[in-house]
Amino acid sequence: MKPIKFILNDQPVEAHTNPSRRLLDVLRGDYGLTGSKEGCGEGECGACSVLLDGYAVNSCILPLASVEGRHVTTIEGYAKTQRFAVVKAAMGDEGGSQCGICTPGFMIAIESLLKKNPKPSEQEIRTGLAGNLCRCTGYNMIVKAVQKAAKVGEGLW
Amino acid sequence: MKDISRSVPKEDHEEKVSGRALYVSDIQMADMHYAKTVRADRPHARIRNIRLPELPEGYVVVDHHDIPGANHVNMIFEDWPVFADSVVRHVGEPIMLVCGKDKQIIQSICDEIVIEYEDLEPVFDLQESVVHKSFQKGDAAAAFARADQVVERVYETGYQEQAYIEPQGFVGYLEGEKKVTLIGSIQCPYYVKNAVIKTLACDPEDVRVIQAAVGGAFGGKEEFPSLIGCQLAVAVHKLKKPIKIIYEREEDMIVTTKRHPSKTTMQAALDSAGRVLAIKAHVALDAGAYIGLSGVVLSRAMLAVTSAYTIDHLDVKGDVYLTHTVPNGAFRGFGAPQMIFAIDMFMHHLAKHLGKDPYQFRKAHQAKQGDRTATSGIFRDPILMDAMVEKATSMSDYHRKQKDYASPDVYRGIGMSWFLHGCGFTGSGESDHIKAKVRLRKSDTDHVYVLVAAVDMGQGAKTTLKKVVVETLGVPYNQVTFDDPDTDAVPDSGPTVASRTAMIVGGLLAQAAQTLKETWKRGETQVVEKTYRQPEFVIWDEKTLRGDAYPAYSWGVNIVEVSVSPVTYEVKVEKIWSVYDVGKALDERIVLGQADGGIAQGVAYGYLEVMRHHGGHIQHKNMTDYIIPTAVDMAPTETVIFDNPYALGPYGAKGVGELSLVGGAPAVAMAIEQAIGRPIQKIPATPEMIMELMRDETH
Repeated sequence: MKPIKFILNDQPVEAHTNPSRRLLDVLRGDYGLTGSKEGCGEGECGACSVLLDGYAVNSCILPLASVEGRHVTTIEGYAKTQRFAVVKAAMGDEGGSQCGICTPGFMIAIESLLKKNPKPSEQEIRTGLAGNLCRCTGYNMIVKAVQKAAKVGEGLW
Repeated sequence: MKDISRSVPKEDHEEKVSGRALYVSDIQMADMHYAKTVRADRPHARIRNIRLPELPEGYVVVDHHDIPGANHVNMIFEDWPVFADSVVRHVGEPIMLVCGKDKQIIQSICDEIVIEYEDLEPVFDLQESVVHKSFQKGDAAAAFARADQVVERVYETGYQEQAYIEPQGFVGYLEGEKKVTLIGSIQCPYYVKNAVIKTLACDPEDVRVIQAAVGGAFGGKEEFPSLIGCQLAVAVHKLKKPIKIIYEREEDMIVTTKRHPSKTTMQAALDSAGRVLAIKAHVALDAGAYIGLSGVVLSRAMLAVTSAYTIDHLDVKGDVYLTHTVPNGAFRGFGAPQMIFAIDMFMHHLAKHLGKDPYQFRKAHQAKQGDRTATSGIFRDPILMDAMVEKATSMSDYHRKQKDYASPDVYRGIGMSWFLHGCGFTGSGESDHIKAKVRLRKSDTDHVYVLVAAVDMGQGAKTTLKKVVVETLGVPYNQVTFDDPDTDAVPDSGPTVASRTAMIVGGLLAQAAQTLKETWKRGETQVVEKTYRQPEFVIWDEKTLRGDAYPAYSWGVNIVEVSVSPVTYEVKVEKIWSVYDVGKALDERIVLGQADGGIAQGVAYGYLEVMRHHGGHIQHKNMTDYIIPTAVDMAPTETVIFDNPYALGPYGAKGVGELSLVGGAPAVAMAIEQAIGRPIQKIPATPEMIMELMRDETH
């Protein structure tokens, strides 16, 4: 079987495994990157979000084959960036994380949102985060964190 | 002195945003094996025969024959089997575990298992009462006899699913020959431990339970994990390998406990001036197939019967009914949301029936300090509801909007709920059953360890409980450690439930920290323990449900504004205002986070979250079918916290966790009622239900 070659957290990798496996299982099982979570397994909750060429996708419904030749960034890779540091601080200040199971997915979704739209309105933030479910916060503190990150991190996106 | 409410960084923020926090499914172990549950596919049947395929080496099935001790899960009512033996009583009831190394082989074994059943008649109506309770206050019969008129309404509520984003799971393994260790997504380490001891019929030291990071719980990980823990412990003993069991979303939604559907009948005896003389109430809860905690849920529902009002004469009854459906259990609020929906709507509907202004009508019945509670106890502490209602109505412009939205053609409405929530276990629960114990250990390097069984499931227990210790000792934050509980290391400070953690566990920790401070010996190992003692003023009779049901109450006001589409009848929640008295916020940001998350669940319970079963089969079994709010659905919130320090709480704190949920449904239902000009007596108020109501031209 031909290996699937892709860039994982800025490192080129070759995955010698069944290309129809879910990307999430490969990331968690084969590479030990357990920061991406499985909440529903059907692309509904967004806890498994990773960046594919810079934008959020649900890794639980993505076959490994579809990342051939592309950049995959998980929360572990994103956590090394300056943008992450800005969002992390804003999430802390605004109380955007409680139980934390959805939080890595939200961090990825926020990055994707700000990359597309560095100065989103409140409504654009809500729409941009609608693919990620959180049961603890009621979202408003996350929305405020995005507003704060966009302001503090102006110019980073 | 520094204000305790000033927020500090959340203890676990760093590990959670970076994805480093380890939840059960993230735990790796050498030679990890896996388990999958084989379940009944029908609501009520006798198991005639089970045919197993030949099992490859290293694979086992585990069922009730393998249980050395009791085949029921240790909780208040002991009727819930660990594994079904001869009869299954709900769809999804566990019959056996299949365990082994390879998940695909496990799946193919499961697929080849043939279970032959003889179907039995299932019951889905509320006809078989297995728990009946009642209490009286004053003389309701006499009040009804002299009433000018009697008004009756019936209120119904549906299922609600906790929908924590992390499904249930455990990892279990043997330490040595006979000691089993379970790491789980749990709220109550000692509930799991005590249940496993009974199932294995083993010594307490042969069971160790450790809490992993918990990805949301909301009551759903109160009693249910004891069931999985017992099954897995038996499996670990049989296979003698580490085993991981993680529920898939659909499995989780079909088989785990939910909020009880309820039907509450309210009758009011009114005098000629339109005052409520007395209320007769009956609440019916659908327990599903087993009683489990339902009797206690029933108590909390009944005790909330008059919520934030004082009514002098009461006759309150309740029943728990068994049906051949998934067992229901703990969910944030624990029976109170059902009853608070009923009583707040009833007060509103009584006022309308009498042609009175609902606001003035409710004001006239509002509970005041010194009044007798529903169970003839006393509201001892100051009640700030006058000021809280004033604050909530002014910040939402409630009175103007009430008038403006009165016309049915604006399709807009504003609703307000008033409510209380009893803090901690009911009555003598803390002193008779829980007997919470906390421990602080100081090392010879003067580092302090907080040793309690309280679980941080997102509500910030680690942060607030540690803060109580740090601030009382007056030491830096990095001199105190709060690790996730491990029953080998921490005493039983009770379950993480019932809005008791801040007030009860926090209160004991404040006492322990004070003692440690007073006896502090530099460079010496010291241990301080404190055990809960019921305040002497709390007198409670569990048999008659009479006396002080709770040592303290938290109070709240929710106002919800909605618009309703005149075409699709979809409800849009426009804004939510809340005012709470939680004694004293131990950390303002954390309390506001609890407020936001609770009201999101409470409001969605009232209009959005639909779950039904058909012939015992849950119809909404994934996150596509069962709708919880997204960031787009959730309205902006404005929340104000009033200080009203409670003398026996740490720094004045009372309960927080459940309070913010219990008033959401009546507030949104009243808002929808105004927007559509039709009374709401059933939730969730879905577009389909609103359409039915709009067709009814009699209103």
